[in-house]
Amino acid sequence: MTASRRVAVLKGGRSFERSVSLRSGAQVQDALARLGHDVVAIDAGPEALAELLASDADAAFVALHGRYGEDGTVQGLLEAIEMPYTGSSPAACMRSTDKVLAKCLMREAGIPTPDFRALRETSIKELGAAAALGRIEAELGFPLVVKPAHGGSALGVKFAPASAQLPGSMVGAFSYDGTIVLERFVKGRDLAVSVLDADDAPAGAVALPVVEAVPREEEFYDYESRYEIGMTTFVCPAELAPETTARAQELALKVYGLLGCHGVARIDLLLEQDTDELWVLEANVVPGMTETSLLPQAADAAGIPFDELTERILASAFSR
Amino acid sequence: MANRDETEMERSTSGGGDGRGARPTAHELARYEALFAARTRGMKSSAMREMMALTERTDVISLAGGLPDTSTFPPELYAKLMADVAASSTARALQYGPTEGMAITVECIVEVMAAEGTHVDPAEVLVTTGGQQVIDLVCKTLIDPGDVIVAEAPTYPGAVPTFSAYQADVEQIEIDADGMPIDALESTLDRLQAQGRRPKFIYTIPNFQNPGGVTMSLARRRRLVEVARERELLVLEDNPYGLLRYEGEALPTLHSLDAAAVGRGGASDLVIYLGTFSKILSPGLRLGWAVAPRPVLEKLNLGKQGADLCSSPVTQMFVAAYFAERDARGEGVWRAYVDTLRDLYRRRRDVMLEALAEHFGEGARWTRPEGGLFVWATLDERIDTTDLLALARGSEGVAFVPGRAAYMDGRSGSSAMRLNFAGVPDEDIREGIRRIGRGVHEQLSLLGSLSGTVPTARATASPASEPQADAQAPLADVVALPRRERPGSARRSQDR
Repeated sequence: MTASRRVAVLKGGRSFERSVSLRSGAQVQDALARLGHDVVAIDAGPEALAELLASDADAAFVALHGRYGEDGTVQGLLEAIEMPYTGSSPAACMRSTDKVLAKCLMREAGIPTPDFRALRETSIKELGAAAALGRIEAELGFPLVVKPAHGGSALGVKFAPASAQLPGSMVGAFSYDGTIVLERFVKGRDLAVSVLDADDAPAGAVALPVVEAVPREEEFYDYESRYEIGMTTFVCPAELAPETTARAQELALKVYGLLGCHGVARIDLLLEQDTDELWVLEANVVPGMTETSLLPQAADAAGIPFDELTERILASAFSR
Repeated sequence: MANRDETEMERSTSGGGDGRGARPTAHELARYEALFAARTRGMKSSAMREMMALTERTDVISLAGGLPDTSTFPPELYAKLMADVAASSTARALQYGPTEGMAITVECIVEVMAAEGTHVDPAEVLVTTGGQQVIDLVCKTLIDPGDVIVAEAPTYPGAVPTFSAYQADVEQIEIDADGMPIDALESTLDRLQAQGRRPKFIYTIPNFQNPGGVTMSLARRRRLVEVARERELLVLEDNPYGLLRYEGEALPTLHSLDAAAVGRGGASDLVIYLGTFSKILSPGLRLGWAVAPRPVLEKLNLGKQGADLCSSPVTQMFVAAYFAERDARGEGVWRAYVDTLRDLYRRRRDVMLEALAEHFGEGARWTRPEGGLFVWATLDERIDTTDLLALARGSEGVAFVPGRAAYMDGRSGSSAMRLNFAGVPDEDIREGIRRIGRGVHEQLSLLGSLSGTVPTARATASPASEPQADAQAPLADVVALPRRERPGSARRSQDR
């Protein structure tokens, strides 16, 4: 049992992930209270900074998903008011949350990530970027996955089986973000590896057991439904060859280091069906903390109960 | 796994039969998952609904709600009625009431229905907690998992989660400008019969359909009742807005047509009628009603006992006090209030139709409702209105119901939207439609750039080209108007 502290739990907000964030926050608050900490709950609205300043908290626990919570915004503000906070720095948040930047960094570092091209909406009008679309299609091939550069919501993630559907998919994705990623579709298994800081580990962090998301229906046209509630079953630890598990964990740790994550992160990967290759999709710097979320599940599988997980993440606020 | 995974975890089956649930590592999940009823699988949340929940922002003009405008109800009258209830019957108002409803409230219901030309026996009325409870109780009474319901396409978005929760298999029949085509209904019934299946009931909103905005023609009403009688099928007639007709002649309810078919002053024996005070008085009262054949009514009553014992006596007595208010000529003041609403909503409907003509692009079509609260607009098929809502909500500050919400599969209707004109002031209607139009224009021009098709030259919309819904045209093909060119469309910020 570490020292009792006053902790502001930052949650909610107005992103698409508000409800999940509220539940994550509630779980974290309960755990912190059980651990003997003094908890102040703050919904990330127009009064959030005033409430943080008035809270007299020793640290902020960031349980805010999506915009502001994962893109470095609140982290920057917390630094401005000199309040220690859990998780990654503004720069690491930006590197992780911007899929284009994260994928560029991974490609440069030789970490396998599915081939892609990024497009800015403004470049279509201002540079006539559509003229390059034919080349991009030829280069990446079909089917293509089209996603907004930011945001973890299923909304806006599109599947274009052929050229005819691409414009519609792109316009859909542009509804959520001024920049989108066109990515080669990798058919295979969805994996997630959570990484947690650990003083005793050689890399300063450990990879938790792998979780697999198994879609209920394996239909191309149903691609979006894989991200819909009720369409997916989760298995932890994932049933993989030991060397695949080891490789997935190794890749996750590399990405964690490359992006400069701190405290905790969840790395999403794909295991390609035809080649058995692993591909890294993205990193999530504020993973869900509801009791059924992937991170707590993975921690549980590693013998780390929820309260201990919460305490370890809280500790990341004081180990920067 | 681009998505936030947590909500999906809740729905996973680790406690199910795949053997994986036995893992101790998943014990936390299994603890709850194993307890959930099978029906909860059908109780889906969706990303779209999550987004809808976010439209309550104050700076967002919401054309999404199903709201009447309650600001029109005089506060003095509200205060007087509550005071009357308090003075005369505090103890009774604060007590439980009978499950079937209070007799004084049932009298008001009989009066409202008579105003629509439908005469019912007070003994066949069940007072419910909103019209929504009728849908729930009818499903509770009639639907076993896998049973068939025939509904309209699009259908009331609020019925979708109810049908899902009861694990109904819903057949949706595409409506046109005259409502549900009965020949399409019949071929669906034939097809089902060939499979040895028989729908438990047909769900229809004949007047100013939600969300379609269309009204079932008299000929189709008659034919629907005939078909129901030929095949001995129950019909759930959902009629929340019948009295909110802004033009044209009122059409008889299915309930009254069926009663006429029974003859000799008998009651309808195949139509379950759903009514509500929500649109003619207040949704905050949570008072609706069902009129049903006795055997069905008894089961609905038992279902209601299990659900909430009785609807609030406080609000039932409020309604009774309100209906007792008479003007100098002895006419109920409730009628004058409905007249006020009618005038207000008629004007707002016209404001919306005008704004649509001005701001929606070529290829957009919309219905011209003769009453009710909603217009149903259909855009270029390449536009997904769920995405458009994200764009419009974020950068423009306006909300509507994406068409998908009105379809059981959550996929159809993707280029349509439901727009409420009743609950928002004229200025907000104009501004809201202008903002949506700007989003549509932005998406169309982007589509044009991406597919290499330069949008065709557009004529300027002239006041002469007023939209006219063709009564015979299919719903999705009502009117196409040229788009007005706007200078410099606003870009949205990067950080969204």
